[in-house]
Amino acid sequence: MAETVLSIEHVAVHFGGLVAISDMNFHVNKGEIVSLIGPNGAGKTTAFNVMTGFLTPTKGAVKYCGADLKGKKPHEIADLGLIRTFQRTSVFPNDTVYDNVLIGLHRQGKLRLAEAILGLPRARASEKAQRARAAELVRWIGLEARANDLAGSLSYGEQRLVGVALALAAQPKMLLMDEPVSGMNASETHTFVQLIRKIRDSGVTILLVEHDMPMVMSVSDRIVVLNYGRIIAEGPPDDIRRNPAVIEAYLGQSAKDVVKEVAVHA
Amino acid sequence: MKQIVTLLCLAFFVSVPMWLTDPYLLNALITTGIFIIGAMSLNLLLGFTGQLSLGHIAFFGIGAYVSALTSLGFDVPIHGDFHIVHVPWPPIVGFFLAIVISGFCGYLVGRLSFSVRGAYFVIVTISFAEVVRLVALNWVELTQGPLALTNIPSITIGLPGLGYLVLKTKFHNYYLVLAVAAISYFLISRLVHSHYGRAMRGLMENETLAVAVGINVTKTLTLAAVISAGIAGAAGSLYAHYIRIIDPDVFAFISTVTMVIMVVSGGKGSLAGPVVGGVIFGLLPVFLRPIMPPEAQWITYGVVLIVILFVMPRGIVPSLAAKLGLARAGGTRRASIAVSERTVEEHA
Ligand SMILES: Nc1ncnc2c1ncn2[C@@H]1O[C@H](COP(=O)(O)OP(=O)(O)OP(=O)(O)O)[C@@H](O)[C@H]1O
Ligand SMILES: [Mg+2]
Repeated sequence: MAETVLSIEHVAVHFGGLVAISDMNFHVNKGEIVSLIGPNGAGKTTAFNVMTGFLTPTKGAVKYCGADLKGKKPHEIADLGLIRTFQRTSVFPNDTVYDNVLIGLHRQGKLRLAEAILGLPRARASEKAQRARAAELVRWIGLEARANDLAGSLSYGEQRLVGVALALAAQPKMLLMDEPVSGMNASETHTFVQLIRKIRDSGVTILLVEHDMPMVMSVSDRIVVLNYGRIIAEGPPDDIRRNPAVIEAYLGQSAKDVVKEVAVHA
Repeated sequence: MKQIVTLLCLAFFVSVPMWLTDPYLLNALITTGIFIIGAMSLNLLLGFTGQLSLGHIAFFGIGAYVSALTSLGFDVPIHGDFHIVHVPWPPIVGFFLAIVISGFCGYLVGRLSFSVRGAYFVIVTISFAEVVRLVALNWVELTQGPLALTNIPSITIGLPGLGYLVLKTKFHNYYLVLAVAAISYFLISRLVHSHYGRAMRGLMENETLAVAVGINVTKTLTLAAVISAGIAGAAGSLYAHYIRIIDPDVFAFISTVTMVIMVVSGGKGSLAGPVVGGVIFGLLPVFLRPIMPPEAQWITYGVVLIVILFVMPRGIVPSLAAKLGLARAGGTRRASIAVSERTVEEHA
């Protein structure tokens, strides 16, 4: 039996009268790539916000590596190695790409204040290691040429990559990515899919929210489908693309093209 | 390159008392230096975390009072026959107590405001400064209220083998202020270039993202507030032992405004900014006083500020650095990855 990294147990989120998520149950196993899909407004980002402590669920619990995340602040959850990226492009715009990644490395560089200020050997060693690591990550994500440009000046697709590099810098055990390829062109997306596989192969468990169906179908081990805050289907890509409830949900959202696209790629 | 400029500036400041004999100007330089230390501490918050402390003078004033009272002693009736009596301690102890107690006040203010966010910090700091001023004004048994604490002794330092040196002259005090300023500058520089400083930058630029990579908002900002308040307290202590008389006017709001002007004109978020802005706006009144009436001085002061900010919106140091093509002063920007890797190797 595979080891469960993240489990969502009976989670509900209400915004006043609006039920954004109702009774959500699913889990992600170690080393899996799971995708959370669903039409606009289905509650995917809200689910991410709950998992990472940005939002307190109205009901239910999120367990990460067996521990209940209840009451934990976002930075505490990040400290456990559960790291997320954001749907809306999110970088430190006035810093270079390289410095963005350095800020992302925060979790690894923790020193005592006195060590940092006095520049003791351990502080120097740690600083040196972080700089090397940052350079390596920038290269790894393929932004070497842009390393010294301000992140805010990059193209949309490049900024999304910076966001991922930042998240990787935070040393995730599990990575939650909210629509990482939105705004990327086909070739960028293709490269990115390979990147996701590489991240997984390095031992990181991945939960993905994505609208790009061909990409989701090709990269996921399992897919969880959300509609109006409810899970309507769950399973491997082949099952999902044939699932009538899923097709219905997307049709209901007048997204016939999506279904067609899914069918074409079947 | 930047280090050479910094060292040259330091060497220049060290040389000043050797050729400047006018005591009036030396006095102006000492008080300006004290306020520059205050402005540097304010810059740590405003420039590196984006938090505006509009009651910053409170930490300065607390440092002044703590240091003065430590070295003067006091006898305060609390209830009935119960008194708290403190016999005078050496002023240098007062100096360090000033740092600790001001820093602790920074901790309280930070804790109070940073768990709630938004414009909270500005409001808490303003209120805090006003409360402290009222205490200084009305707790007459302790502070003498508006009658002021007088005869505050000069700082004395023990030199091994040479006995004691009382830092009484302007010459002495100039170097004392310069030493404290240099140490503060070095400390802030180390801090903002460490991962603590990067956490502060991250929070200032994009708080949500910073939190998502594991940066603790409350802890990081409170740390900045503590260090900032501690340095402001040190400046206050220097002030008390140099001027040797303090009254509740040290808490005047205008002094905070002066520090903000020094920081913003010189360039917030730049280490050298408050020094440059401080020298300009600290010495400007000295040069204006003999040549124009007070109202005209204020107007000129304002015009100079507006012109500087109009020509160099980001402040003098960052704008000049950008013009000269240097990396952003005080930031963590590196010339290139290649360079940083080379420094990595050099350290190895
Ligand atoms: N803070 C909030 N307050 C009130 N309503 C909210 C809030 N956040 C989200 N909602 C609502 O909750 C529902 C789910 O939103 P969510 O952002 O999770 O959808 P999503 O699945 O991520 O959609 P998309 O694919 O467009 O990103 C929507 O109806 C949205 O309007
Ligand atoms: Mg969303």
